[in-house]
Order: sequence, then C-alpha cells, then structure tokens
Amino acid sequence: MKITDFFDKNTFVLSSEIEPPKGTDIEKFINTAESLKNKVHFFNVTDQQGAVMHAGSLTGCTILKNKNMEPIFQLACRDRNRIALQSDLLSAAISGLENVLIITGDHPHLGDHPDARAVFDLDSVQLLQAASKLMEGTDMAGNNLNKAPSFCLGAAVNPGADNLDLELIKVEKKVRAGAKFFQTQAVFDPERFNDFMDRMKEFNTPVMAGIVILKSSKMARFMNEKIAGINVPEEIIKRMEKTEDKKNESVEIAASIIRNIRSRCQGIHFMPLGWDNLVPHILEKAGLTI
Amino acid sequence: MIIGERKPLKEIMEMVAECDNVIVAGCGTCVAVCLAGGEKQVRVIASALRLARKLRGKPIKVTEITVERQCEKEFIEEIKTLIPNHDAIISLACGIGVQTLTQHYPHTITYPGLNTTFMGAPAQHGVWMETCRSCGDCILDLTGGLCPIARCSKSLLNGPCGGSKNEKCEVNQDIDCVWQLIYKRLKQLNKLHLMREIMPARARGEKDNGFPRKIIREDAML
Repeated sequence: MKITDFFDKNTFVLSSEIEPPKGTDIEKFINTAESLKNKVHFFNVTDQQGAVMHAGSLTGCTILKNKNMEPIFQLACRDRNRIALQSDLLSAAISGLENVLIITGDHPHLGDHPDARAVFDLDSVQLLQAASKLMEGTDMAGNNLNKAPSFCLGAAVNPGADNLDLELIKVEKKVRAGAKFFQTQAVFDPERFNDFMDRMKEFNTPVMAGIVILKSSKMARFMNEKIAGINVPEEIIKRMEKTEDKKNESVEIAASIIRNIRSRCQGIHFMPLGWDNLVPHILEKAGLTI
Repeated sequence: MIIGERKPLKEIMEMVAECDNVIVAGCGTCVAVCLAGGEKQVRVIASALRLARKLRGKPIKVTEITVERQCEKEFIEEIKTLIPNHDAIISLACGIGVQTLTQHYPHTITYPGLNTTFMGAPAQHGVWMETCRSCGDCILDLTGGLCPIARCSKSLLNGPCGGSKNEKCEVNQDIDCVWQLIYKRLKQLNKLHLMREIMPARARGEKDNGFPRKIIREDAML
C-alpha cells in the first residue's frame, strides 16, 4: 500500500526505521518488526545507514512484505551507479514494494569501510527524477520498459539545517523531481520545527517528523556537536543527565515532543537506534494508535 | 596547477636500493611552485640519498638536474646525454613527467619521486587546495565559479547533502561545504535562480568515464 493513500485519508502516519542485520541471521530483524507490527504503519528499512555495511534494504523489505508488513525501501545514492540504482528500483517493484525513500547517503569515510569508493553517480534529486521516469515507462537513457513500476517516492529534509533557505531550494527541487512525502532529521525543538513547517506549506507535501530516541546526555551532546541539523536543547540534556531511569525519561521526552508537533505534521518517523522496544511506550504516552 | 607531494625518503630509497648511480630530475613548473619537485627539492633529496646510502655503507652517485617542463619532449632532450651513464631516474615531476621520461628513455627506468595529488591553487603560503577535477564538462558558469565536482565530497550537483554542519563538510570540519559557498556567491550575484534549476545527471560519456582522454586540434598540428 502506498503511503500517500494514508495521507490522502488524513491518517496520521507512523513509521519506524529498522536496520537489516550485519550478517545473515535475520531473527532479531524479524522479531523487532513483529513487535511493532500493529503499532506503526510502515517500516523504513535502512540502506547501509551511516555507511556501515549491512545486509541490503531490498532483501529486508521483501522479508517484511512477505510477512504482511509494509516496508519503505530506503535507497541511497552513495554505493551504486545509475544502472544499479535503476535496477534495484525495478527489482523492488517486482518484489511488490511501493514506497521508496531516496537519500544521498553518508560519505563512506564516516562508516566502517572508510577506504571504499564513494559513487554518487546521481544525487538525490537526480535519482528522484530517474525513479519518476521509470514510472513513466522509460529508463534514464530513454529505453522503454516492458512494464513500468509504480512507486510513492519520498525524500529527506532537515528542519534544523544551517541554512534553511538553501535547504528549501533543495526541497523544491525534490518535489519537482517527484517526491510525494518527506521524512525529517530528528526534531528536538518544537518551536523551530513549527517555523520550518510554516515554510513547508508552499510545497503542499506531507511531512513525517523524525524522532530519535535519546539514550543519554552524552549521545545528545555528541549529536549536537557532530550531526548536521540536530539541536538538542540544554533543558532536555539536563533531564537526561539527572534522571535515574534513562529509558523512562527518554520515553517522556519523545512523547512530549510528539504531542507538541503532531498537529503541525502528517506523521512521525521513529529512529530508535536499537531502543525499538520503547516505541510502543512512546506511542502510548503520546496517545497515538493505528 | 598540478600539486604534488614528495614521497617519503624511505620509499624512494627502496626504489633505488639496487642502483649505484641515479639522476634526480626536477621539473621547473607546477611542482616547483608547490615546493615539491623544483631545483631546491632536487638538491635536498639528492643530498639525503647520498647521506643515507653512505651511512648504509653502499654509496650512491647522484646527478642533479632540473628541466623547465618534464611533460614536453623538447625540454627533456636536455638530459639525453646523461641517460646512458645512469641506472635510473628519480623524477620529481608529476606523473605526466614520469611517463614522458619513460616514453622517451625506455631503456632506463624512471621512478616517481612524488605523489601527484590534485589540480589546485595555493590558498595561502604552504596550503594548497583542490579546486578542479578536470572532469571535462565545466559548469562553473552555473555555480558562481566554485566547483562542486572537485570541492563537494560527494560531487553533488543540486545542493548540499544533509551532512553539512556549520557550513563545513560532514567528512572533515576543515573542508568548507562548497554548496554553502555557492549559495552565498549566487545570492551576492543576484543569481539564485540558477540554483533552483535541476542540474541533470552528468553525461560522463567519453569525457569523464575512466578511459584516457585525448584532444585533437588539427589546426595546431604540424
């Protein structure tokens, strides 16, 4: 089912990121997904997140699809040229995948194979264009396909970008290239997010706000220093510092952010970073069910 | 210009371990300007080689010479008479100089004394920066004169990735995010509309696809 079908029905959409295994044992991957099966609408299966080598998103998505869970196929520009990217999109369609999140991808230098060649044959805007063209029945070179795939394409946006004007120029290009929904970088500052959503209005495209589950004050400070567009307010960091029950505090923080922003966006996208078991608690506290 | 960096002496010593007499050949152009392969560096590396080999009890005879440009055969003709009396040449030119010597003096081995690193310009004294990747399809007219192919770590064409922080690259905080610079430059020029255009996927074709490129100008041929 396409994610846009949910947006069209004014459903507040919930998704959670899930990482394929580093290895061939898929038990934990399946168990994690099963545990959230009736809690979120979609599973966003990561594509070598952080440029760290894992099993592929395509296989992860297919496994979930076969178990009647709805995946979002994440596809990064980093590792494949335009032939491989288009091929993977066709393979995804053949496997029944309908939702694709197209991202640039972190540079290999940041991952576990820092000496790998970075490909970036296409950027995210160009890959959105290529995917749109496939849907029209031709590949990038103009060759006809024997049957066109049908996708709902999504893209990423960073509400906390250094230069929001520049970020929004790119959003505009992504929309023109075929993006039908956006997922955001982690939101910690509802006020800033609201300002961002005001500026997103002109694109009339659904936005799912990213929620990262905080594990510690150390993690918050690390993200503030190292991760683009993340600004965890000092007050939240202090709460994580003082608490004796980090998981509970983290749930409270995430739920409170969601309550503050839910009327401004069309969905929530969780990035649990291993604390997937907290997602149901956050949803409960935030009063969200599917 | 072409920027190079001298190889570590240890590596050069290993290349010529079996040689008794070598030429150290400098190049008077790009690599001289970036202080890697000109006359001065020839003197330094020749002295270091002599000293190191003497200390090892296996002295080496080193002839020093610097030509104007090692990439052109007219200039390397100057060392023609020296070649027969030497076991090897250590070229302190860029890789093009090494290959030009190899082509014209095939019976003598030419070793690279430099690592040819990139095409760039001096940012300040002692600091060189890559500014062009010789991609064969210049788009500087659309980007305010700043090259995203060479200066964006992902060579993106439609704006920054999500990793740019404090106007710096996600790969290294010493690298300026060129898309932030392009944005400022186009704004200054009142040409931000250029940034709103979707730049198509690069047509690499024969220009930038791994195979050796060639320019033929019949009007310039003799």
